[in-house]
Amino acid sequence: MMEGPFFGVYVHWPFCLSKCPYCDFNSHVRDQVDQRRWRDGLLRELRHYAARTPLRTVTSVFFGGGTPSLMPPDTVSDVIQAIKSHWTTGSDLEITLEANPTSVEAANFAALARAGVNRLSLGVQALDADALKFLGRNHSANEAIAAIELARRHFGRHSFDLIYGRPGHTVMAWREELGRALELAGDHLSLYQLTIERGTRFWRDHATGAFAMPDADTQAALYETTAELLAARGLPAYEISNHARPGGACRHNLTYWRYDDYIGVGPGAHGRFRDATNPAEKRATRQTSGPEAWLDLVEAHGHGTAEDTPVAADEAASEALMMGLRLTAGIDRTRFAANTGVALADAIDPAGLRRMVDGGFVVDDDTGLRATPAGLQRLNAVLATLGRT
Amino acid sequence: MTELSQIRNFSIVAHIDHGKSTLADRLIQTCGAVSDRDFHDQMLDSMDIERERGITIKAQTVRLHYKAKDGLDYVLNLMDTPGHVDFAYEVSRSLAACEGSLLVVDASQGVEAQTLANAYQAIEAGHEIIPVLNKIDLPAAEPDRVRQEIEDVVGIDASDAVLISAKTGLGVPDVLEAMVKRLPPPKGDRAAPLKALLVDSWYDPYLGVVTLVRVKDGVMRKNMRIRMMSNGSDYDIDKVGVFGPKPLEVAELGPGEIGFIVAGIKTISDCRVGDTITEEKRQAKESLAGFKPSVPVVFCGLFPVDAAEYEKLRDSLSKLRLNDSSFHYEPESSAALGFGFRCGFLGLLHLEIVQERLEREFDLDLITTAPSVVYKIALVDGTAIDLHNPTDYPEVMRIKTIDEPWIKATIIVPDEYLGSVLSLCQERRGIQQDLTYAGTRAMVVYQLPLNEVVFDFYDRLKSVSRGYASFDYEIADYREGDLVKLSILVNGETVDALSLIVHRSHSEHRGRVLCEKLKELIPQQLFKIAIQAAIGGKIVARETISALRKDVLAKCYGGDISRKRKLLDKQKKGKKRMRQVGNVEIPQSAFLAALKTG
Repeated sequence: MMEGPFFGVYVHWPFCLSKCPYCDFNSHVRDQVDQRRWRDGLLRELRHYAARTPLRTVTSVFFGGGTPSLMPPDTVSDVIQAIKSHWTTGSDLEITLEANPTSVEAANFAALARAGVNRLSLGVQALDADALKFLGRNHSANEAIAAIELARRHFGRHSFDLIYGRPGHTVMAWREELGRALELAGDHLSLYQLTIERGTRFWRDHATGAFAMPDADTQAALYETTAELLAARGLPAYEISNHARPGGACRHNLTYWRYDDYIGVGPGAHGRFRDATNPAEKRATRQTSGPEAWLDLVEAHGHGTAEDTPVAADEAASEALMMGLRLTAGIDRTRFAANTGVALADAIDPAGLRRMVDGGFVVDDDTGLRATPAGLQRLNAVLATLGRT
Repeated sequence: MTELSQIRNFSIVAHIDHGKSTLADRLIQTCGAVSDRDFHDQMLDSMDIERERGITIKAQTVRLHYKAKDGLDYVLNLMDTPGHVDFAYEVSRSLAACEGSLLVVDASQGVEAQTLANAYQAIEAGHEIIPVLNKIDLPAAEPDRVRQEIEDVVGIDASDAVLISAKTGLGVPDVLEAMVKRLPPPKGDRAAPLKALLVDSWYDPYLGVVTLVRVKDGVMRKNMRIRMMSNGSDYDIDKVGVFGPKPLEVAELGPGEIGFIVAGIKTISDCRVGDTITEEKRQAKESLAGFKPSVPVVFCGLFPVDAAEYEKLRDSLSKLRLNDSSFHYEPESSAALGFGFRCGFLGLLHLEIVQERLEREFDLDLITTAPSVVYKIALVDGTAIDLHNPTDYPEVMRIKTIDEPWIKATIIVPDEYLGSVLSLCQERRGIQQDLTYAGTRAMVVYQLPLNEVVFDFYDRLKSVSRGYASFDYEIADYREGDLVKLSILVNGETVDALSLIVHRSHSEHRGRVLCEKLKELIPQQLFKIAIQAAIGGKIVARETISALRKDVLAKCYGGDISRKRKLLDKQKKGKKRMRQVGNVEIPQSAFLAALKTG
């Protein structure tokens, strides 16, 4: 388990053709995007962060959004080339790009692959027409299936997302939909329980009673069904919502969950990394989220950083605990200490740990700490019990 | 100094909301004690909580100058007194400093329970009483009916009651004239050795301990060395003054006068209310009749929500006690709630006020346990204990008998709600003593166990009478009762802070209600939770809270860390405010709920 440490580069493309009602990410709809300025902006901000993290070996790149499949493939290519020129990269560099499965975007897949993207993550979200309409998606189920087929052809690896626990969703309907998804799956699937986030259209609709979410028991049953079915079909969960065949886990996301270092460029991107000036201290960075404001700042100062603060040791420990226990492999004791400066045992309330171990929610052994399946699906309560504050 | 014949010392007694403070305001204004610019409503209620709730908690005094129609200048000393039963003790000592009372009665509502209780206290204190009918400007005023009611129910002559509207000032000059004419002047001998009644004392941040006195004989002056007759301690007077209503230094206080002294007294516990103050050089032979000390009748535990605030709570309690010697506290520790204090109060309102002041003035978050009364337990071995806390309830085998305090309650209620009031009293083990009518209202006297009253009796009384019933009580006696300890267990562990002592006939019902309530209030947790009510070893009620089945964030990536960690920290903080019993976390609201289940 002690591979790494990883060092990831996240690139945020903030634009979408339309805003989905469940999405609370930093995404914006614009009629026009000055592609040249945007390419230059991303490249300049990359240079800024590269200067702060020389001599690191980049292990993954992730284009997220927004909808990065709307990026001109040339921009994607330039960003990848810049990363390769600023840092050392291994031959196994993972480069993921998030894509929407519309036919328009699918037309770009070949060019994106040529640009260097070797892993495509498709926002399919549902294989059911009514559900796609409810979720405000611009594609049909058939388009999605075609896009998955195309991704299989152009990219070494591909994954797609589905959202379950939708209003009226039953275990039976979800099993059927998952069965079809598994037929299409590559080495990876992300299966998210629908969450009503503050500030979204769903939040308002839900608050006003426009729709009702499945009750707690149904939600739990949906989650349990997912875990059981995926494990039986060879893609067990390696994280709360992520499933993969052996070796298929997304390395870039593992970087987050292991609390390894990553930088984030583009509007609203976050980073957690140790820079060259103080390799013992984790820093938290956040870029300005308004696209135009970010671009203006980058052009004026070389970067659009809104926040760049040291992460206190106890905060780092608390973050690493929260992220690490999401993984079925759990937290590696050695890596935890290396990434936070705090021994795992010191980050945990001993009485709380005892109760969680006795209750069968976590396993605590020589290598580290991990949540059991029972603990994983109740992780918030487990974390609140384990945490010191 | 003022001639005795030109002094009048008086109190105003009334039921809540009958206009006592408004009349006091008007008297102050009419006598020009306060400029219009400095005037505000409820002049004499200095605490925020008094103004907001429209009640008087602390007795206050003000000296008024009045030029009467006979051409003479009079000094009128007003002692404003609390109206509520909990503060009857404060009332009694204020009354002891005066010769007369204004009995204010709302001319539309008529005599209420507190009117009666306060009027009787004034009669007992030997006061001349002037009935004052207030709010006669309101269309609903019925002065004739109310006058008759005063005669029938209180039993005093109301034929020459003064009709006023304290709000508009109508009739207020008549009140002043009536006082001069009808209230007796104080008696006293200026030449005799000093004899002054210690009426009250409090801590003032600027002056230190301020002592309110009523001089009976002799004179008090600055630099005089005085002696407290109860314990022989001596002090030098630094300041002599009166309240006008602002403190104002004067040269001396003579017989019949009410004022304050500041005498280098360190803490108010050195000032025993009711004590007699004399001069060290020339001592009085006999002391004045004192008062019985106030005795707390209701007890509860106060615990900081955040255990780290224990010290702050202790400091706050000691500060509060500087101005309120009637509440008591001592350290207590609970397995469920940690360290806190067991506090004794004069009654439920007193409890509520102290709790509210601690939360507002001292910014504390508190958990209050269910109020309990003092039980007298006779043990098989012949010894006896006073039980202030259900947690200390001895083993059943050791108990011979348990006595509980009973009260005599007077309830005045419109006829249409009488039925529901009677059944409420019956339900609470009441014994009806008397039922009389005054017009369309009934006055019912009940004997009730106090432990049934501390349990949301007021709330229920208000709701069954739609707020029309008025209630007052006095402690009567102790009687043996068939009382049992009701314990609450979560996952098999007793939650000491939720224990109650209840009558056997109510125990199962109360246990059931409490379990149901706790089921609502305790959130789902990682483990299944069994809530049980037990009497002795026997389980009488049970509820189950199923275990939390799923509680996890679906998404948490690099950009979510900061936000999600804050969310989690909030959750952790929330947990910190919960109390751990075994493996169960109990929110503070669950402890508060025990107060409210009847």
